[in-house]
Amino acid sequence: MPVDTLVDHIPDGAFIALPPDYSLPAMEAVRALIRAKRKNLRLLGVPVLGLSADLLIGAGCVAEVHSSAVSLGEAGLAPRFSEAVERGEIKVVDYTCPAVHTALQATEKGVPFMPLRGVIGSDLTRDRSDWQIAQNPFATGKDPILLISALVPDVALFHARWGDEAGNVWVGRRRELATIAHAARNTYVTVEELRPGDMLEDELLAPGVISSTYISGVARAERGAWPLGVADVYGIDDAHLTAYAAAAKTREGFQRYLDEHVWQATKNSLPA
Amino acid sequence: MAGNEELLACVIARLVADAHHVAVGAASPIPATACELLRAKGHPLRVTRLHKRKGNPFTEGSRELFDLAGQGRIDYFFLGGAQIDGEANINLVRAEGRRFPGSFGSALMYFTCRTILFREEHSRRVLVPKVEFISAPGWSAPEVRRPGGPVALLTGKALFAWQKEKRRFRLESVHPGHTVDEVRESTGFMFDVERAGETPAPTSEELALLRSTVASEIAADYPEFAARVWR
Repeated sequence: MPVDTLVDHIPDGAFIALPPDYSLPAMEAVRALIRAKRKNLRLLGVPVLGLSADLLIGAGCVAEVHSSAVSLGEAGLAPRFSEAVERGEIKVVDYTCPAVHTALQATEKGVPFMPLRGVIGSDLTRDRSDWQIAQNPFATGKDPILLISALVPDVALFHARWGDEAGNVWVGRRRELATIAHAARNTYVTVEELRPGDMLEDELLAPGVISSTYISGVARAERGAWPLGVADVYGIDDAHLTAYAAAAKTREGFQRYLDEHVWQATKNSLPA
Repeated sequence: MAGNEELLACVIARLVADAHHVAVGAASPIPATACELLRAKGHPLRVTRLHKRKGNPFTEGSRELFDLAGQGRIDYFFLGGAQIDGEANINLVRAEGRRFPGSFGSALMYFTCRTILFREEHSRRVLVPKVEFISAPGWSAPEVRRPGGPVALLTGKALFAWQKEKRRFRLESVHPGHTVDEVRESTGFMFDVERAGETPAPTSEELALLRSTVASEIAADYPEFAARVWR
């Protein structure tokens, strides 16, 4: 199915789990969400976000960001995120990385909460009905520990190296994507390439596979992570990220970026 | 003559010299340099660079770092802050109306690893009396399990040691070219001063290693930094 059809399954207001820039972001699908003028999305960064979130926020698709951070890494602050927060245009629920993983691992296991060390005394714990500090029931002395409620994303969206005829996808070592897929109600994946057969029958490929059990839809998107990378296929386009970080400092510059790389045909993502 | 980056790397190398396993974040070329210097000196140190693009050690995704830390398998970690206060609280979220990226893994890592607070900018804007938001607290009540926590605060001007019992920094040494008065002037919180000397300059052996073995190792992951410091 085409990428634009895949994102039809992601409605306005969806709570959508996204990977960081270094872990197979589905950038072509993100551009398709912007073209589809999606509204009020609630983003969950697993555990942080970068360019995908900055684009969606700048394009007005986002109501809430739940994440441990939003940053362009070496390219600096995420300009559309920072401005939207400073102007009060979006709601932010601040996490710390392991709390996101823990919340999704609880869902993956079908349990209502999981404990996490640390965090106690951080302002992150303020005003949160989904986190609670409790006494470790197995300790003999006082031992407060943070309990984190299970978190269920409506949708997980990411990119993968391969999809196969059996509906499986291969993400290799990016196993946090398996956790997102296990926890989300629906998982949509763009893939670099489609291959024949069933990857689960290949012992070398199987450990990097997410089984079709968890996958709701797959769309082919060659260079679908661009300007981010897919290991051993294409690297991160650092020059593009630097240029984006500079352009997106102003709303006008950001609009010009959208005109050139999002509203125009997807050919911009293919190598020159 | 040693560059400031080389001096800071040598200070960090001394601080973490007893480590077996150090994790280093993406934007941390100076801590990474310190760890490579220790390895070049023959320390059997494991260095986990979190965002290593080729040959990254993690195969369970980024959560593996926090699982390692939670088990106590990482000895030292490095944290910075948009603001750091005199009780070693760090703020990575917001300051003076500006939004910063966020707390990342600090609220676990600061509890589980011995932590070097590292921020090159030494100013009253960064080193404040009280942070506006606590991403991770500098100290915890005795009943809270906390095998890790602050060890030292290193800036471009000085090195402070953390005094856990007093919950207060003590000025350890001032880098060459700076003075105790200047450090006082540019620090927004109170700290102890007992016998602060000058931060020792890198030895000729350290400089030789930094400019050969270490420089080529660092260039692979931090090309811009290596080109700037060792061109």
